[in-house]
Amino acid sequence: MPGKLKVKIVAGRHLPVMDRASDLTDAFVEVKFGNTTFKTDVYLKSLNPQWNSEWFKFEVDDEDLQDEPLQITVLDHDTYSANDAIGKVYIDIDPLLYSEAATVISGWFPIYDTIHGIRGEINVVVKVDLFNDLNRFRQSSCGVKFFCTTSIPKCYRAVIIHGFVEELVVNEDPEYQWIDRIRTPRASNEARQRLISLMSGELQRKIGLKVLEMRGNAVVGYLQCFDLEGESGLVVRAIGTACTLDKLSSPAAFLPACNSPSKEMKEIPFNEDPNPNTHSSGPSTPLKNQTYSFSPSKSYSRQSSSSDTDLSLTPKTGMGSGSAGKEGGPFKALLRQQTQSALEQREFPFFTLTAFPPGFLVHVGGVVSARSVKLLDRIHNPAFVGIMGNTRSYKLLDWNSFNSDEPETRDAWWAEIRQEIKSHAKALGCHAVVGYSESTSICEEVCILSASGTAAVLNPRFLQDGTVEGCLEQRLEENLPAGCGFCHIPYDELNMPFPAHLTYCYNCRKQKVPDVLFTTIDLPIDATVIGKGCLIQARLCRLKKKAQAEANATAISNLLPFMEYEVHTQLMNKLKLKGMNALFGLRIQITVGENMLMGLASATGVYLAALPTPGGIQIAGKTPNDGSYEQHISHMQKKINDTIAKNKELYEINPPEVSEEIIGSPIPEPRQRSRLLRSQSESSDEVTELDLSHGKKDAFVLEIDDTDAMEDVHSLLTDVPPPSGFYSCNTEIMPGINNWTSEIQMFTSVRVIRLSSLNLTNQALNKNFNDLCENLLKSLYFKLRSMIPCCLCHVNFTVSLPEDELIQVTVTAVAITFDKNQALQTTKTHVEKSLQRASTDNEELLQFPLELCSDSLPSHPFPPAKEHLESASSNSGIPAAQRATSVDYSSFADRCSSWIELIKLKAQTIRRGSIKTTVTVEKASPMGEGNFRNRSAPPCANSTVGVVKMTPLSFIPGAKITKYLGIINMFFIRETTSLREEGGVSGFLHAFIAEVFAMVRAHVAALGGNAVVSYIMKQCVFMENPNKNQAQCLINVSGDAVVFVRESELEVVSTQQPTANCQPSCTGGEVTT
Amino acid sequence: MTSELDIFVGNTTLIDEDVYRLWLDGYSVSDAVALRVRSGILEQTGATAAVLQSDTMDHYRTFHMLERLLHAPPKLLHQLIFQIPPSRQALLIERYYAFDEAFVREVLGKKLSKGTKKDLDDISTKTGITLKSCRRQFDNFKRVFKVVEEMRGSLVDNIQQHFLLSDRLARDYAAIVFFANNRFETGKKKLQYLSFGDFAFCAELMIQNWTLGAVDSQVDDMDVDLDKEFLQDLKELKMLVADKDLLDLHKSLVCTALRGKLGVFSEMEANFKNLSRGLVNVAAKLTHNKDVRDLFVDLVEKFVEPCRSDHWPLNDVRLFLNQYSASVHSLDGFRHQALWDRYMGTLRGCLLRLYHD
Repeated sequence: MPGKLKVKIVAGRHLPVMDRASDLTDAFVEVKFGNTTFKTDVYLKSLNPQWNSEWFKFEVDDEDLQDEPLQITVLDHDTYSANDAIGKVYIDIDPLLYSEAATVISGWFPIYDTIHGIRGEINVVVKVDLFNDLNRFRQSSCGVKFFCTTSIPKCYRAVIIHGFVEELVVNEDPEYQWIDRIRTPRASNEARQRLISLMSGELQRKIGLKVLEMRGNAVVGYLQCFDLEGESGLVVRAIGTACTLDKLSSPAAFLPACNSPSKEMKEIPFNEDPNPNTHSSGPSTPLKNQTYSFSPSKSYSRQSSSSDTDLSLTPKTGMGSGSAGKEGGPFKALLRQQTQSALEQREFPFFTLTAFPPGFLVHVGGVVSARSVKLLDRIHNPAFVGIMGNTRSYKLLDWNSFNSDEPETRDAWWAEIRQEIKSHAKALGCHAVVGYSESTSICEEVCILSASGTAAVLNPRFLQDGTVEGCLEQRLEENLPAGCGFCHIPYDELNMPFPAHLTYCYNCRKQKVPDVLFTTIDLPIDATVIGKGCLIQARLCRLKKKAQAEANATAISNLLPFMEYEVHTQLMNKLKLKGMNALFGLRIQITVGENMLMGLASATGVYLAALPTPGGIQIAGKTPNDGSYEQHISHMQKKINDTIAKNKELYEINPPEVSEEIIGSPIPEPRQRSRLLRSQSESSDEVTELDLSHGKKDAFVLEIDDTDAMEDVHSLLTDVPPPSGFYSCNTEIMPGINNWTSEIQMFTSVRVIRLSSLNLTNQALNKNFNDLCENLLKSLYFKLRSMIPCCLCHVNFTVSLPEDELIQVTVTAVAITFDKNQALQTTKTHVEKSLQRASTDNEELLQFPLELCSDSLPSHPFPPAKEHLESASSNSGIPAAQRATSVDYSSFADRCSSWIELIKLKAQTIRRGSIKTTVTVEKASPMGEGNFRNRSAPPCANSTVGVVKMTPLSFIPGAKITKYLGIINMFFIRETTSLREEGGVSGFLHAFIAEVFAMVRAHVAALGGNAVVSYIMKQCVFMENPNKNQAQCLINVSGDAVVFVRESELEVVSTQQPTANCQPSCTGGEVTT
Repeated sequence: MTSELDIFVGNTTLIDEDVYRLWLDGYSVSDAVALRVRSGILEQTGATAAVLQSDTMDHYRTFHMLERLLHAPPKLLHQLIFQIPPSRQALLIERYYAFDEAFVREVLGKKLSKGTKKDLDDISTKTGITLKSCRRQFDNFKRVFKVVEEMRGSLVDNIQQHFLLSDRLARDYAAIVFFANNRFETGKKKLQYLSFGDFAFCAELMIQNWTLGAVDSQVDDMDVDLDKEFLQDLKELKMLVADKDLLDLHKSLVCTALRGKLGVFSEMEANFKNLSRGLVNVAAKLTHNKDVRDLFVDLVEKFVEPCRSDHWPLNDVRLFLNQYSASVHSLDGFRHQALWDRYMGTLRGCLLRLYHD
C-alpha cells in the first residue's frame, strides 16, 4: 500500500558561521527519503535562513515508510569547493502511520552533527497521505501501535493480552568495514546512525507483522536493544508483549481488532513480502541495504502454529467471531483449564509487562533467571562445549554460519535461554513469566546473555478475552483476596522446588505464603504494604584473569554461580536489615570486563502485610574462647540490631500488633523444616546445589570466620540511608507514598572511575565499586535537595567496563516531589485501616468455613476511601459486606480503565498510590497541581520553547495522559578530536547528554506532545583516548511521546486543546519578548 | 580510585544560585568549594566535601556551556539544549550582566579597548575583584556597547531588547555606554567621592536633553552622541559672563530673590561672579572634545568645591541654582533662553546630584 510523504522546509535559525570572511552562511537543505533526494534553494548570507520551500513529495511503499527515516541535511553552499555539511536531522515518520497518533510533524529540530554536536535548528513540516481509507489501513502492519510503557497504556483498555513477541536483525557494523579505513569519522558515524535507524525500523515492522498474525493491534512493553559485537557485527533485537488494545475515550467506536481479521485483508498489505506467514529459514525479506535478517524462522513458525492451536481449542476467539465472549458461565471451569493449558503450550508464555490490569496476576512464584556465556567467534568451529550443564554452557559459534543454513544463530541462543526460563517457571508451578527482560554484556569476543522475569500464574481470561465483565466474573469466581492473592504460593507445598519456609498468609490466613518474595515486577496496585519502600542494591566485583576465547569463557562461566550466590546473599541481608520482606523490580546486571566481572542488583524493598515479619540477622563467630573477639561480635550484633530498629522507624514499618496476636494462634506451627527460605529460583541447577539456605537456623546467621565475611558485615552497615526527606526506589511508584505533587525532574548521571591497577584484590575492588555507587547516590541527594520532600523513582543503574581499569556507572531516574503533610495523614489512616482490617480478619475467622461469598470483603483491604468514609458517615450501620461488590467495582474500573470519564478522573488520582484515601483525592488536585501548573504548564507563555517533560515512569504525577503519539527511539553517535577543548571527558559527555535530551524533546514537541513517558537510556557507550585527544560516545534512548493535561485543567479545558497549546508557536522564529 | 568523569544532566537544567554567584565572582572550583564549605552547607545537608566538589564542578560546567548563550540572551530563550524555566532564564541573564560598583567606577568613561583590558589586572588588584570577574564585566560592557552603539532608537530600549535586562540594569548599561562613548573623565582623585549612581543619574539627564535623540528620534547613534550643534551653540552663553552689565543684572536679580532665604547668602553674594563664570565657561568649552571629557572635573572644580568649602547646605544650593537659571529669563538683553534652559536644566540636576561629601 503506497503512500505519499510530504516535506516542507520552512526556516533555520542559529546556524553556525561557515564562511569566516563574511561571518555568515549560505545554507541550503537536502531532503532524502530512500533513494530520492530534493534540494531547497540556497539562502545566501544568513544565519537565520527562510527557505519556505515547496512541498517535497515522495511516493513510497509503506514498508519503506516504516523502515526508512527521513533524512534532512543542512549544507553550506560553496561555489569553488565541495559544499560543507552543517548537520543532519533524522525524523522517524512512524508516528504518522497510526491513525490515532500524530497527524503532522512540525517544529524546530536541532541540526545535529556527529563531530560538532548541535549546530542551530531547522523548522520542518512532515505529512503522510495514504492512498487508502483509514479502515483498511488499520489492518496493515504499520497500524500496529508500539509502547515502551510496561503496563497497559493509560488511555487504553486491554481486550486481549496475546503474549510474547520477539525479533532480531543482524548486520555488519559499518565501523568495522574495510571502507571505514578510508572514510572520515563523520561519514562512518553517519553510516552507523543511519543503519541502526534502518534496522530499528525493519525490526519494528517485523514485530508488527507478528502482532497482526496473533491478531493483536499493539505492542506494549516494547524493548529494543542493540549489541555492538565489534568485528562480528551489530545486532538489533527487540521483545514486547502483543496486545489488543481498545481506546478508552470511544469505547464503542470500534470493536477489538480481532473482530474481523479476515485473512485477505491482512495479507494484502504485505504482498511485497514473498511469504509473510511461512518465514522460511534464511532472510525473510528482500535484502535491501545489505541487512541480513535473522528472523527466528524456526521458532517463530512454531510459535504461531501453537497459538493457532490455542485459538482452535478455545471456543471464544475461534473463527474470528470477535468478542463473543459473554456466554461464559457454565464453561468457565472448562475454559480455564483449556486456556491455561493453552498458555502452557505456547512456546514462550512471557510478558514484558511489569504492571497489570487487576485480576490478571493470580500468584507470583519468584524470580527466574538464566544466563549463558557465548563466544562471538569468527573461526569456524561448530563444536559444542558443554561445560556447565545446560545453563552456563557456552558454545563456539561460527558467526559466518548465517550464510549457510546453520541454525546456530543469535536466535538459537536466545531461544535456548528462554526455554530455560520457561522450565524454571514450570518448576515453580507457574505457567507464565511476567516482568520479563533480556540483556547482554559484551567484552571483546565474550558475550553474556541474560534473561530474567517473575514466574507467575495468570488469569487466563485476559489471554483470550479480557473484557471487564469477564474478569469481574472471574474474580468473583476465583474469590481471590486482592491484597495478598499474588503472594500465595503457586507451587505444591509438598513438592517444593526449593527449600522454603511457608506460613499462612498474614492477610487472609487461608493460603500459604513464603517468608520472602523476590520479583521483577512493580508492586501490584492492590498489594497491602506496611510503611514505605526503599532502594536496595547488592554490589559485587570479582577479579578474573585475562584470557582468550574459550579459556576466558570458561573462567566467566565458573565465576557466574558464585556471583549470583553472593549477590543474592547481599540482597537478602540488606532486605532483612531494612526489616522488610519482599523485593520488587529486581534487576540483576552482570557485566563482563577484561579482567573482572561486576554484579549489580537493584530492587525496591517493601514490607508486604501478607508475608511474615522477617527475622533478624545474627552474627556468629567461629573462633571460640576469645574474649575480645566475642566482644567484637556482640558489638557488631548490637549495631545490626540498632540498624534494623532504626530502619523500621525510618520506613515506618510497624505491622499491626493486633493482627499478629490474632493470627498467632490459629496458624499452625512453622513447618518442621525451619530453614532459611528462599523464594527465588536460581537460574541453574548448580546454584541450587550450592544450597543458598544459609545454615539451618531460623534467623539469618552470618558467620564471620574470615575477612570476607567481616567485610560483608561492614559493607552492610556502611550503606547510608538517604537524608531525611528523601526516598528512593527503582519501581514506578514508591510504596507508601501516594500524594505526589507535580514537580518532576528526570536526570542522567554518569560516573567513570579509574582503579589503581596495582595489586587489586576483590575486597579493594568491592570497596571501590561500593563507594562509587554510594557516592553517586549521595551526590544525587545533594543535588536535588531543593526538591525535598521528594522521592527518586525508577532509579536505574547501569554498569559497564569500558576499559581495563575503568568502571562506568550510569544512573537515570526521576525525582518527584510529594506533600509531606498528606503523607503523615495517610500513614495515620493507614494504621487505622490495618487495625480495621485486623478486626475484620478476626470476624472473618469465626465464620471461616461458612462464608464463601462475603469473603470478598477482606479481599479489599483498601477499599477506595471515598466510599469508605462516605459510608462511615452516612450509613455506617450497614454491614460492610453488603457494599463489597460496589467497592470492588469502582476500584476495578479505574485500573481496568473501562469506565467513563467521571470515574476515570477519580481513578487517576487513586491509582497513584497503593493506599487510597479521600484526603489524597481532594487535596492532591487543587493544591499541589494548582500551584505548579502556572509555572510549568503553559509552554508558550513568554519563551517560544515549549516545556517537554521527560520521565522514566509511565505516568505524570498530577496529570492525565490524553494521547499517545508514538514511540521515540533514537540513536546518536558523538565523536570529538578536540577533547580538551570541549572541557575534557566530562564536558564532552555532559554536552552530549544535554543534546540528546534536547533532540528527544524537540521530536516530541514536533509531534504535538508535551512529555515523554517510560523514557529509558538503553545504552550509553563511552570510549576515550585522552592521549589522542579523542572520545566517542553512543547513546540509545526510547520512550513514548504523549500529550498530558493537568488534572486541575481537565474540567476546564477540553482534551483537544493542550495539543494545540503545545505546538511550538514559533514558526516564524520571531522573538516574542 | 580517581574519578575520570562525573556528570549530572537534568531534563530541567539545575541552577544553584549560590554557585552561580561564586562562578560569576570568578572563583576557581577549589576556591568555590572552600567557600561553600565555610558557608556551613555540609553541616546542613550532611554531604561530604567530595560531593560538594562534584556538585560544584557540574554547575561550573553547566555555566560554562551557558555562557556562550548568555552573550546573546535572546538565544538563551530560543535554544533547545537547556530546558530552563523563564524565571530562571531571567535570573541567569540579570546576574550575568550585573556588575560591581567598585569595578564600574574604575572603567567608567574609559575607552572599552584592548588597552583598557590589559589594565584589568591592576583593577583587579586594586578592587579585590577577581580578574576573571573583571574580564566578564568588561566584556559585558564592551559587548553591549558594540551592539547598541550604532543603533537607532532609544538606548535603554535597545539594550533591553537585545540583552533582555531589567529596566534598572538597562538604564545602568545606557549610562556605561554613554560614558564610554563620550569618554568622560571619572577617575580623577577629585571625583573619587562620586558613586556610579551619581554618574548614571547625570548620564540619564544628559541623554534625555543633550543628545541628538532629544531633538530627533530617527537618527543613528541618537542617544549615544551629544548634539554637536547644541554644543556649538553653547558658546552663545558666554555673553552672560562676558557682558559686565548682564552679569551684574543677573547677580542682582538672584540676590534680590534669595535675600533672607539663604543661610549662606553673604558667601553666595561674594562668590556669585566666580560661580557664574565657572558654569558658563564650562558650557562654552564643550565644543572641544577634550573639554567634554573633563566636564565632571570642571563641574566639581568650578562649582561643587567652592560651595562645599563655604559649607553650603544642599537646600541652599538648590535654591541658588533654581533662582540662578530662572533669573536669566528676566534678562532682556539675552536672547538664548531656550538654549539656556536646555543647558541649565540638565546641569542643575547634575550639580544637585554631585553636591555631596
